[in-house]
Amino acid sequence: MIGLILLVKRELGLALRGGTDAVMAVVFFVLAAVLFPFGVGADPAMLPRIGGGIIWVVALLAAMLSLERMFSSDHEDGSLDLLYLSPVGLGTLALAKALAHWLTTGVLLLIAAPILALLYNLPASAFGALIVSMLLGTPILSLVGGIGAALTLGARRGGVLLALLILPLYIPVLIFGAGAIDGAVAGRPIGPQLMVLSGFLLAALALAPWATAAALRQAIE
Amino acid sequence: MQGLITHKLSCIRGERAVFTGLDLEIKPGRALLLSGANGSGKSSLMRVLAGLLPSAAGHIEWEGADISADPDAHRARVAYIGHADPLKPAMTATENLRFWAQLYGLDPAIEPALYQFSIEHLADVPARYFSAGQKRRLNLARLAAGQNSTAGPALWLLDEPATGLDPGAVSMLANTILAHLSNDGIAIISTHGGRLDELIADRADHFTLQTSGSGVAG
Repeated sequence: MIGLILLVKRELGLALRGGTDAVMAVVFFVLAAVLFPFGVGADPAMLPRIGGGIIWVVALLAAMLSLERMFSSDHEDGSLDLLYLSPVGLGTLALAKALAHWLTTGVLLLIAAPILALLYNLPASAFGALIVSMLLGTPILSLVGGIGAALTLGARRGGVLLALLILPLYIPVLIFGAGAIDGAVAGRPIGPQLMVLSGFLLAALALAPWATAAALRQAIE
Repeated sequence: MQGLITHKLSCIRGERAVFTGLDLEIKPGRALLLSGANGSGKSSLMRVLAGLLPSAAGHIEWEGADISADPDAHRARVAYIGHADPLKPAMTATENLRFWAQLYGLDPAIEPALYQFSIEHLADVPARYFSAGQKRRLNLARLAAGQNSTAGPALWLLDEPATGLDPGAVSMLANTILAHLSNDGIAIISTHGGRLDELIADRADHFTLQTSGSGVAG
């Protein structure tokens, strides 16, 4: 537990000083979402119908931007060897990295999402669904993304490979996340979607650090 | 006091045998200077001994017990210096060193370790402004931090530790290693010869890895 806190503090400190990475993800999130109305037309009746889906698709892509670097700098400078030799263990490391990635990416997306909801003319009744679905969904993106980041360590053009590996795994989150917002826009109950998302989150929390640790072990060899 | 013993240790990388049937014995308080041509497997041997790489055959004993029986305990007794310096450019010398000390449960008062390698004046300077030699000194200060703690690592695995160091720093490293050996520690040091070998020669044995895989004690 002390190790987890120590690792998360280190990641956050580095993210604060590294600066631009986290900000870039959220700027990309807003910019990409703003592009869609230029392409499909700014019909105030249509935008609320496609808004939830677009916000979620763009969130998936934005979360992927900073994934590639999750373990790569520690791999290159030999820190990963020492992290493996430390008493903390790779499972805790994987959890700490995912948590730090969520805090520096997912939380910022969560804060920016209501602005996009306004741009897409989402009804006030859908804001709750948007926030709760992103609160449940974005940690899954970080946890599952960690597996991909660990698997592509040391691979040439790891970034493209990472996208091919991880985007299919994000589809369930997209379906239920966007489904919750659509349901709220249409006035349907959204409990089932949110419960499925909660289930995904618990499963990812239990399984993803373990899978990431196994992939990291391979990268160290 | 049996120290570290390897029995018929083999390592295979990419379907090529790096070394096979390696028998080594290092007593507490002794250092082993490991030499050999490029590609003879010095770094692979270090990584196998650290538990970073699996061995293809054979086993490693510490104080008479096979290390695979308790890998966590083995990791706790290893201090490993590899080719790269695991430092974050954005963090200061103090922050870099303190992070590793805290993660390894060592004494978090790390100023003496910085003094030991004469980099105390760089304590608050971000590592990105360090020269290669200064980065190496900061990396080596981890050894001093472990030494100053009550339960520091007993097995030092140093893969060409003197790379980039000036003669003054090599003496500091030699003194640190000698203090470790006086404490009944073990150090395995890969080397291509140089001042460090001379400075610790009294307490060191030599072993040469042959490219074919076996080795010669000398």
